Amino acid sequence: MTKNKKDTNTDFEVRSLDTIGKNQDNTSLSTWHNLRYLVFGIAFGIVLIKSEVVSWFRIQEMFRLQSFHMFGVIGSAVAVGAVSVFLIKKFKIKSIQGEEIILPQKTFNKGQIYGGLIFGFGWAMTGACPGPLFAQLGYGAMATSVTILMAIAGTWVYGLLREKLPA
Amino acid sequence: MTIIELIKQPWPWYVAGPIIGLMVPALLIFGNKTFGISSSLRHVCAACLPAKIPFFQYDWKKEIWNLFFVFGIFLGGIITAFYLKTDTDVVVDPKLVEVLSGYGIADFSGLVPADLFSWSSLSTPRGFILMVIGGFLVGFGTRYAGGCTSGHAIMGLSNLQLPSLIATISFMAGGFIMANLILPFILSL
Repeated sequence: MTKNKKDTNTDFEVRSLDTIGKNQDNTSLSTWHNLRYLVFGIAFGIVLIKSEVVSWFRIQEMFRLQSFHMFGVIGSAVAVGAVSVFLIKKFKIKSIQGEEIILPQKTFNKGQIYGGLIFGFGWAMTGACPGPLFAQLGYGAMATSVTILMAIAGTWVYGLLREKLPA
Repeated sequence: MTIIELIKQPWPWYVAGPIIGLMVPALLIFGNKTFGISSSLRHVCAACLPAKIPFFQYDWKKEIWNLFFVFGIFLGGIITAFYLKTDTDVVVDPKLVEVLSGYGIADFSGLVPADLFSWSSLSTPRGFILMVIGGFLVGFGTRYAGGCTSGHAIMGLSNLQLPSLIATISFMAGGFIMANLILPFILSL
């Protein structure tokens, strides 16, 4: 029996494809709790700009192998992230709410290749991945609002076509 | 040189990269959240225009932390512009300057080239392609891939996920193809 994908609980299904949404804690709906993410976001935004990761020129240099900078940023970020995740697993560190920390396992699908290539095209064109888009706008590149709206439109069209795309 | 002057200088990769990497344990420990940004675009769709599309039928309010995070990035941009800005231009590799000059790009002072990304360039073919189509591809591609540079390349690789490695290689391949093979045509329009 083939299940009609449209009738299945896509919320749950999609969460297995996406990284987020798995980790829920009951306090997450209070604004007070969420302010911490605002603070982390501010810190992240400042780093993105001061390291020029949000610069279109830096991205072009990366893809033309003219500068080590972006490779250094991403590489050292992954190194620190990987050591952190290793330590969290090894010592079974809990979140400050006392919960076990959940690290979602991803499953392979062709979207990671097709979607990855498509995003790569967009990354080299706009000089920005989603995080830097918001940082650019805050820094005063007002025309980036067009790029952000189009990125939202792209996400929406993906949602519309999702069942028809190879995965 | 005071500390604030030091902070105003462009940060080297070995300072910025580790701080970005620390976002991974910070989000995990302070709220059991996995680092990722592109999902915020999906939450905006779910909140504003779900249009009965199954992909957008979920309780986006439960994921609102992600929108706080993204709004923080925007605020971080504003704070940097007001308090931490340098007077110096972004240093661009001379070879890149030479190539871009050939396409009539003369302004290297901003984070994005004003010759390509501005309201006025939106009506030029190359400005339209880069901003409108480029932005669309970012949104479509990240969701199709299930994540962006943060969710796959940083969070996923940190957690040693093979799908994230495949996605990251695809991001890079797409970027190399675009920057070296296709972008020259777009810039010459």
